[in-house]
Amino acid sequence: MLTEFGRVLIFLILGVLFVAIGMATAWVLRPNRPYPSKLTTYECGEVPLGDTRVRFNIRFYVIALIFIIFDVEVVFLFPWATVYQNLGWFAFVEMLVFLGILFVGYAYVWRKGDLDWDKPTPRIPVYEHGIGVREPELHQEEVEA
Amino acid sequence: MGLLDQRFENSNVFVTSMDNLLSWARLSSLWGMQFGLACCAIEMMATGASHYDFDRFGTFFRGSPRQSDVMIVAGTVTLKMASRIKTLYDQMSEPRYVISMGSCSNCGGPYWEHGYHVLKGVDRVIPVDVYVPGCPPRPEALMEGLIKLQEKIRAGSLIQKKTA
Amino acid sequence: MTAQEIHDVVKSRFGDSIPDARLVGVIDPYIKVAPDRIKDVAAFLRDDERLRFDLLMCLSGVDYTGGKLGVVYHLNSTKLDQKIVLKVDVTADHPHCQSVESVWKTANWHEREAFDLYGIIFDGHPDLRRILLPDDWEGHPMRKDYQVPEFYNGMKVPY
Repeated sequence: MLTEFGRVLIFLILGVLFVAIGMATAWVLRPNRPYPSKLTTYECGEVPLGDTRVRFNIRFYVIALIFIIFDVEVVFLFPWATVYQNLGWFAFVEMLVFLGILFVGYAYVWRKGDLDWDKPTPRIPVYEHGIGVREPELHQEEVEA
Repeated sequence: MGLLDQRFENSNVFVTSMDNLLSWARLSSLWGMQFGLACCAIEMMATGASHYDFDRFGTFFRGSPRQSDVMIVAGTVTLKMASRIKTLYDQMSEPRYVISMGSCSNCGGPYWEHGYHVLKGVDRVIPVDVYVPGCPPRPEALMEGLIKLQEKIRAGSLIQKKTA
Repeated sequence: MTAQEIHDVVKSRFGDSIPDARLVGVIDPYIKVAPDRIKDVAAFLRDDERLRFDLLMCLSGVDYTGGKLGVVYHLNSTKLDQKIVLKVDVTADHPHCQSVESVWKTANWHEREAFDLYGIIFDGHPDLRRILLPDDWEGHPMRKDYQVPEFYNGMKVPY
């Protein structure tokens, strides 16, 4: 009859069909009246100015890289967890060794500070002004107390 | 491509029931682009809050014109803003509707006589479907305006070609 | 210090630039200053120990009819709790006045507003351009002889 893989294939085909039928219905029913003013880039009503390529912070790349590495580790954990019962002590210790090696990497990343989202030191602006040079006069009660 | 966009000339059963279905779908989920410019925006926020709930009509305020069906122009439209309103209305996708809320966007409001900087009515730049009078209109008035727009959508059609 | 004492201090330092003052009989006593010396007077008012006017509360343009414009400065001392008003007279033919933006930073936008609505040009302002009206607007609306334009960018302006 149908193998396990066959069932997954049916699932996949139905998923693709579900999305395709929805999009095809929308394509048939929706109005499509493009004109140049409608196709301009949205910039809150203003005339679009400048390039859309912006430089973003490199911290995002570092976090994403670390996430990918540990996500792959978790992916290896899943099939092990399903057949773990049948394999006994050997599989358990082997997985512990695997996790231990990756834990060393995790500790390194932590100690190095790659997991911290660094806050920049604020630059407080300094103005030239003559305000507040004189000491405020205290009332007599405050001086005694 | 809009295959069924205003193609049919004589109405038959398929078209009318399709029309009813589509109109019902459209009027029950009017996603609004909030355009709160001045004091009427406060009343629009009050309408959207919990006491006079706007969400029960399926209205859901979006920030972008690309994702919205109806633009509620709430507040005074200055000449500086009017060109932006025109651009934003152009960037909305069909079917699109406009509700003009309050006197300032209906006809210039209290600034009609001496306001050198005020556009006397937003219908000088974009076509308006429903006008809601008031200064500012009460939340119930804005809801009545939305219900009137829903009746207009129910009566209109996107599949059937409109005979002039 | 009373308004008379403030006036005496300022007049003893800048005698020739203070043409006029009105210190009694008005709600806000004012001192008239020449438009080409207002920056030095302002710096003196801010830094002198007896005066210490560190807050520019408001800077407004005025149009007294007949081609006469003016600028009014409302000053306040937060340390010594005293107030004074300065007035500057300029003409519509030569609407130039010194900018006090280097003395009080808040004057940056206030002077832009006075320029936008009255056409008074502040010499020494780093960024004098329109602030309220669109950048391509013609005319200065708060002048008494202003005519509302018929069309702006294709939109009809009057009702």
